[in-house]
Amino acid sequence: MGNLEIRDLNQSFVRDDGSRLVVLEHLTFDVKDKEFVCILGSSGCGKTTLLRLIAGLDAAEAGSIILDGEEIKGASPKVGMVFQEYSLFPWRTVIDNIAFGLEMKGIRKDERYQIAGQYLDLVNLSQFRDSYPSELSGGMRQRVAVARALALDPVLLLMDEPFGALDAQTRNMLQTELLAIWEKTKKTIVFITHSVDEAVFMADRIIVLSPRPGTICTILPIDLPRPRERTSVEFALIRRKVLDLISQKCSIQ
Amino acid sequence: MRRHNQTNDKNRWLGVLAILIALAFWQFVAVVIIRYPFILPAPTDVLAAFVSLVQKGTLLLDVQASLVHFAIGLGMALLVGIPFGMVMGWNRRLDAFLDPLIEILRPIPPLAWIPFAIIWFGLTASAAGFIIFIGAVFPVIINTYSGFRGVPRVLVEAAKMLGCTRSRDLIRYIALPAALPSVAAGIRIATGVGWMCLVAAELFGVSNYGLGQKLWWFYNLHQMDSVVVYMIILGLIGLAFDMVFRYYLDRYFLKWRTGEVA
Repeated sequence: MGNLEIRDLNQSFVRDDGSRLVVLEHLTFDVKDKEFVCILGSSGCGKTTLLRLIAGLDAAEAGSIILDGEEIKGASPKVGMVFQEYSLFPWRTVIDNIAFGLEMKGIRKDERYQIAGQYLDLVNLSQFRDSYPSELSGGMRQRVAVARALALDPVLLLMDEPFGALDAQTRNMLQTELLAIWEKTKKTIVFITHSVDEAVFMADRIIVLSPRPGTICTILPIDLPRPRERTSVEFALIRRKVLDLISQKCSIQ
Repeated sequence: MRRHNQTNDKNRWLGVLAILIALAFWQFVAVVIIRYPFILPAPTDVLAAFVSLVQKGTLLLDVQASLVHFAIGLGMALLVGIPFGMVMGWNRRLDAFLDPLIEILRPIPPLAWIPFAIIWFGLTASAAGFIIFIGAVFPVIINTYSGFRGVPRVLVEAAKMLGCTRSRDLIRYIALPAALPSVAAGIRIATGVGWMCLVAAELFGVSNYGLGQKLWWFYNLHQMDSVVVYMIILGLIGLAFDMVFRYYLDRYFLKWRTGEVA
C-alpha cells in the first residue's frame, strides 16, 4: 500500500531579520496507491520543503501527513528518497551503497547482496557492481540512488528533481527507465520537478504549486496512455495547456 | 595527483644530481676553505663517524628509544585527539564548550611544557612522550573536527532515509568514513610535528639512549661529525614515516576519492 494524505500543511521559516516567511500554506491533497504524481513549480515555491516534510526529515508547523493511516513523524524506511544532489556514499562500492539500508536492518551479508543485486539489475548497472561512485557518470549515480532507495521496498518513493543536474539526453533516457521501473515495482511516486515536459511525460497527475506562499494552484490529471511520445500532437497540446495554466494562474504576480 | 611518465623518471635523476652536487660542495667547503671539522665536518668525516657508531652498536638502541618516545606521544595524541575532534565536530554545544579552552592551550609551544613534563612524569620516557603528545594532539583535534564538521548533510539525510537514524550509527557508518581523509591528513601532520618535538623532548635527559639525546651528548663531546650523523638519521626516519604514510593513504583513499576535490 502507499496512500498518502496531506492535510492542511503549513510551514514557515524565520528570516534573519525576525520576520516570518510562509513557505507552505493550507496544503491539502491525496496521492493514491501506485500513483505517479509530479509536483511542478518554479524554484522557491516550497517543493523541496514539502518533500522533506513528507520524508520526515523536517517537522511541519501545522497539519498532518498520513501514510497508510499512520502519521509520518520522522524518517522511516517505508519512505524512500532520491535526492537532487548526488547522495551516494563515496567510500562504498555500488553494491554496498544499494545494500546499505538492508545492512541497517541487520540482514545477513549474502542475503543483502542477493537483494541488492536484483535492484542493480533493475537499473541495468550490473557491470558496475564493485565500482565506486566517483567512477560513475551523473546519470549512473542517480540510477544507483534509485536502486538504493528501492532496495528497502518502501511503499512511497520521493524524488526531488533527481534528474535536474543531468543533460537533456540522459534525462530523457532516465525518465523512460524510471517509468519502466515504476511499472515493474508499482510504487507510489511523488516526483518533484520544475520541468513541464518532464511532468507531462511521467505523471498520472500534476500538482502545480504557486509560490510565496506555496499553495496548490491547480491539479491536472494527464490521461495520455503510456508510452508517451514527446513529439506527438497530443503531448504538445497538453504541454501547452499546462504552460498556459501556469502563466495565467500560477506564476508570481 | 601522481603523474608517472618518462619525463618524471628523468626528473628524479635531477634530484639525485642536486644531492651529489651539494655533497661535493660541502666536501669542498669543509676541506679546502674551513679546514676545521668542529665548525664544519666534511661528508667523509661524517661517513667515518657513522661507520664507527655502527661498530659500537648503540645506534639501534637510540632509534629504538626514540621510537618508544614517539609512539607514546603520537599514540596518546590519537587516543585523545580523535575523540575530542569527533565530539566537537558532531555536537555544536560541545564545540562551543571546548573550543575556547583548546584555542587558549594550542598556541603554547610544546617546549614550554618541558618543566611540567619533568615535574609530572620525572625523567622518564613518558615525559618525552608528553612533549610529543602536546605537539601532535592539536593537528589531530583540528583536522578530525573539520572532517566531522564537513560531512555533507545530504549523506546524513540519505542514511536517515535508509533506516540509519541513531546518532551512534550515523557517526559510525557516515560521519567517520566521510571524515576519514581529513583525520588521516591530521595524523600525517601530527607525525611531522611530533617528530620535530622529539629532539627537544630528549634534550633534558629522560633516557640514556635516543636520537635527540645522543645528538646533544655528542655536541657536549664536541664530536660534530657524530652530531651530523644523528641529524641525518632524524631526517631520514621522518621522511620514511611520511612516505609510508602517504603510500598507504593513497592506496586506501584513491579508490574512492579520484575525481573529487579534496
